[in-house]
Amino acid sequence: MKIDWTRNETLVFLVVVAFCILTTVVDPAFFSLPTLFDLLRNSIVTGIFAIGVLVVLVSGGIDVSFTAIAAFAMYSTTLALKNLGLDVPWYGAFALSILIGTGLGLVNAIFIAGFRLPTLIVTLGTLSAVRGFLLTFVGSQLISNVPPGMREFSQLILFRGTTAEGYFYSLPWAFAALVLVVAGTWFLLYRTLLGRKIFAIGGSEESARRIGIGVRGVQVFIYAYVGALSGLAGIIHASLARVANPFDLVGLELSVIAAVVLGGARLTGGYGTITGTLLGLALIVLVSNSLILLGIPSTWQSVVIGALILLGTGLPAFQAKRAALRAG
Amino acid sequence: MTETPFVRLDAVSKSFAGVQALNGVSFSIAAGQAVCLAGENGSGKSTLIKILAGVEKPDSGHVAINGEIFNALNPRTSVARGIQVIFQDFSLFPNLTVAENIAFSAELASGDKLVKRARARALAQSVLERIAVDIPLDTRVETLAVADKQLVAIARALALDARLVIMDEPTTALTEREVQSLLAIIRRLKAAGVAVLFVSHKLAEIFEVCEKIVVIRNGAVVSDAPAAEFDIDSLAYQMTGRHFTGSVAAPFDAAAQPVLEVDGLGRDGTLHDISFSLRPGEVLGIAGLLGSGRTELAKALFGLLPVDRGTIRLDGRPLALRGPVDAVEAGIGYVPEDRLTEGLFLTQSILRNIAIGRLDAFSRSLGRLDRSGLRAEARDWLGRLKVAAPDPDAPVKSLSGGNQQRVVLARWLAGNPRILILNGPTVGVDIGSKTDIHGIIADLSAEKLGVIVISDDLPELIACCHRILIMKAGRIAQETVSGETSERELTMKLAS
Repeated sequence: MKIDWTRNETLVFLVVVAFCILTTVVDPAFFSLPTLFDLLRNSIVTGIFAIGVLVVLVSGGIDVSFTAIAAFAMYSTTLALKNLGLDVPWYGAFALSILIGTGLGLVNAIFIAGFRLPTLIVTLGTLSAVRGFLLTFVGSQLISNVPPGMREFSQLILFRGTTAEGYFYSLPWAFAALVLVVAGTWFLLYRTLLGRKIFAIGGSEESARRIGIGVRGVQVFIYAYVGALSGLAGIIHASLARVANPFDLVGLELSVIAAVVLGGARLTGGYGTITGTLLGLALIVLVSNSLILLGIPSTWQSVVIGALILLGTGLPAFQAKRAALRAG
Repeated sequence: MTETPFVRLDAVSKSFAGVQALNGVSFSIAAGQAVCLAGENGSGKSTLIKILAGVEKPDSGHVAINGEIFNALNPRTSVARGIQVIFQDFSLFPNLTVAENIAFSAELASGDKLVKRARARALAQSVLERIAVDIPLDTRVETLAVADKQLVAIARALALDARLVIMDEPTTALTEREVQSLLAIIRRLKAAGVAVLFVSHKLAEIFEVCEKIVVIRNGAVVSDAPAAEFDIDSLAYQMTGRHFTGSVAAPFDAAAQPVLEVDGLGRDGTLHDISFSLRPGEVLGIAGLLGSGRTELAKALFGLLPVDRGTIRLDGRPLALRGPVDAVEAGIGYVPEDRLTEGLFLTQSILRNIAIGRLDAFSRSLGRLDRSGLRAEARDWLGRLKVAAPDPDAPVKSLSGGNQQRVVLARWLAGNPRILILNGPTVGVDIGSKTDIHGIIADLSAEKLGVIVISDDLPELIACCHRILIMKAGRIAQETVSGETSERELTMKLAS
């Protein structure tokens, strides 16, 4: 296969490999199954967020409210189940959280599709409003004793093992949720007409309208879908941690968007792939979890992520421009 | 005629905010007939297209398709009855492949929820074959040349079993050769029983393909007759209500010291050994096919494209152009080919667009601007160039193509340049404005300005220029004097 150096995917893949080699050289303990499973576990929540962001970016919009929606959905679900004393199984909690997330996503949709407001402005507004509403009216106390259903979920282990040195490692069933979301969204984007409409709108909203795509309907779907994914990511986060902290998650949004953009999605819409998003996700998760192994203080994390974004998006653009110059 | 026409408009009227855009328009299009809708900008052509496409609803009157009467169409019925519009900007999806673009409407119409890739590809392939065009199906549309994008847009229209294809200004962005292949496709469509409504400013093309010409002016049909009953002059008169005389530039002083001397200009791969001179008051035409280096030459003269070799002298003094700033300082003005993206601040006001070039001259101490002085001068230029602007503070994008071009010209002229380079000065403007712009060029020449006109429109070059340089593969292949050549001769020289 021919390697296309102007693609973000190629570059991000190489950086991921280089980062792994470098970290292994500095600390050989990095190259082990426990590390791998740790990273996989850490990419579940960020990964579900990233897939949602990919769908929005492809459509030419942006959503920064998903972390606030996730925090709201998981905290109010946990609180409701506790206060009502309902002993529902984990999927009951999941369904409630996803429902709340979808509802908040629809609020975004009302402003974006209904009132035709810019997506960044709307979601910046809902980010702040949803978070404020959560902390003021729902609660700001940490719930350390989550309902039994959610606790049970965290104990559902998909895979476990022991290394020769006697270290335990395991992968929770929650990882299957990420796999399902990835597979489902791939199918949505590439195999359904709805997915192609999302790409079409991202390519040219005016053209989409002219050939008879119901742009508003598609937008309602997109923001509801991202809301649903946020609700899912939120409840998984709280279940795995066995703690519902209303201050969690918000603040993650820029690194998630960074992961998706690193993977080749364009903020101007129309472009982005699942593979690229997963590679971008891998890079961001690696950097946020393993930089410390390289002896780099964790305060440098954001500098490194920023530099990677500049490099990862700037270099392909530069090469594409050079290729265009040579051709023309 | 007893046969039911494919489309018939009956007394269609439409007004926007009190302005009567269409006033009792009636005409018909038969199956397999090519009809030209001619009219100046603002005559109501676009509104008419939108009514046929179902985007706008008429206030009164109705549209009949195959005898079935509609008081108002909507986009879905319009498409279902076989009406397809190819908009001027093609309305394609740059990020999707050729196959997807062509098959998208058909996929939408199929009502399927899942993507049927093989079916979409097969459809795209068969439509491209129908118009005898070969474009790789998996190419992304953004990487295609303009002419190919248009072919994709045509193919998309045909993919849905179109009975009437409406083409809005289809030839604006095409070179002469591409126009010919487009006309061939239109003939093929007609032979297959597909009607074509062709909206064009370019008069010569109208006569080549259309059986019937419908002229609208100020929202009303002023004539509806077989094309054979028109000639270029009568058509121009019908469209504008004015008579035109071909403007031939006034003679200039051939013995004067040249204002611009270009000697051995070269740039690797694009320009080779370009030498010519331009005298004050002379209008020099540059003709050449796309890729001949004509635009590169213009950009090099304006400092937009660095050169490797050769010298440029202005009034005898050598000029080192490091960028457009140097060129403007020296008194060279450049009106780009694509005035919308390169020449205007579309959302800014008309006055500001003119004033932007004069900020230096009107800045006072401490960087304050003499705003009233700027406004007065900008207004003065609006009057001198006859810009039809009801409100000088309205954004430039609210103006018609011809008036936009005048605003660009006004900006440069306000800076009192020595040389003005006009790249495609009348692309996309109607005949009335075109003649006015030719008149402006003649005025510039009379004021001893050196003018360089780059154009695809050969009659335009012959009418406006004293001399014409023909460029091929980055070289000046030939030079002709306007009075001694004809369009046919020039076309042959270009193509050979």
